[in-house]
Amino acid sequence: MSQSDYVVAAYAVIFVTLLVYVAIIAAKLARLERETAELAELARKRSSGG
Amino acid sequence: MVAAAAAGLVGIAIVLAFLVAPEDADQGISQRIFYFHVPIALTAYACFGWGAWKALLLLWKGDERYDLESYVAVHQGTIFGALTLATGSIWAKASWGHWWRWESKQLVLFLVLFLFYSAYFMLRFSIEEGPRRANVSAVYALFGVALIPISFLAIRLAEDFIHPTTFTREGPQMTGTMFVAFCVGWLAMSVLAYALYRVELLGKRLDANLRELREALTT
Repeated sequence: MSQSDYVVAAYAVIFVTLLVYVAIIAAKLARLERETAELAELARKRSSGG
Repeated sequence: MVAAAAAGLVGIAIVLAFLVAPEDADQGISQRIFYFHVPIALTAYACFGWGAWKALLLLWKGDERYDLESYVAVHQGTIFGALTLATGSIWAKASWGHWWRWESKQLVLFLVLFLFYSAYFMLRFSIEEGPRRANVSAVYALFGVALIPISFLAIRLAEDFIHPTTFTREGPQMTGTMFVAFCVGWLAMSVLAYALYRVELLGKRLDANLRELREALTT
């Protein structure tokens, strides 16, 4: 490997790590959005039932 | 807003590191790793320090919100710590021809710091959620902060001179655009860490609130 390959590898590690982190956070936010919608539905059913 | 600032600063830092800063006469192109490697290491120290500060506030004031803040800061520090080790190893391979040098005290002490905070998660998740977990985690995070100055000063105290020093008693060991590129990289990593800290904390708080709401609605 040449010196420039190592430089590319170092920056790729940073970029990929950040990308994975953002993907995990995005997946978590999507789950929270789903749960919020479920709870809103549950609350609506409760208020219409009682 | 913070995330946009972080993205902008990272972009500027990359441009400065690759297009503006001159090539190092001694190390050549591999020195360009340093513009992100050192700021990432300094950000990891700052995150661990921030986590310890929040841990101290928890023990001092007893407000449980500091527990989550301390945990998220330590989590960020561990991510930046892993990046420090990874980018450092790549730089070491390019410069020294080895991925790791056990005789370098700074490398070993940073690894000890990283492993210490990695064990924080094992400890934290081995205890049931509640005040006991928060207090034990806070005490552990506070103990770890003692390793930061040791790790930071190791290279100055060590006699191996394997790992290059960025700041000495005479000031920064670079001039002009190199120093500007380094400072912008440092600012970019700090703002990025803060943005990630805010987003992760927001997600964790939202998660906790939703759990409470679900319990209230289903009972």
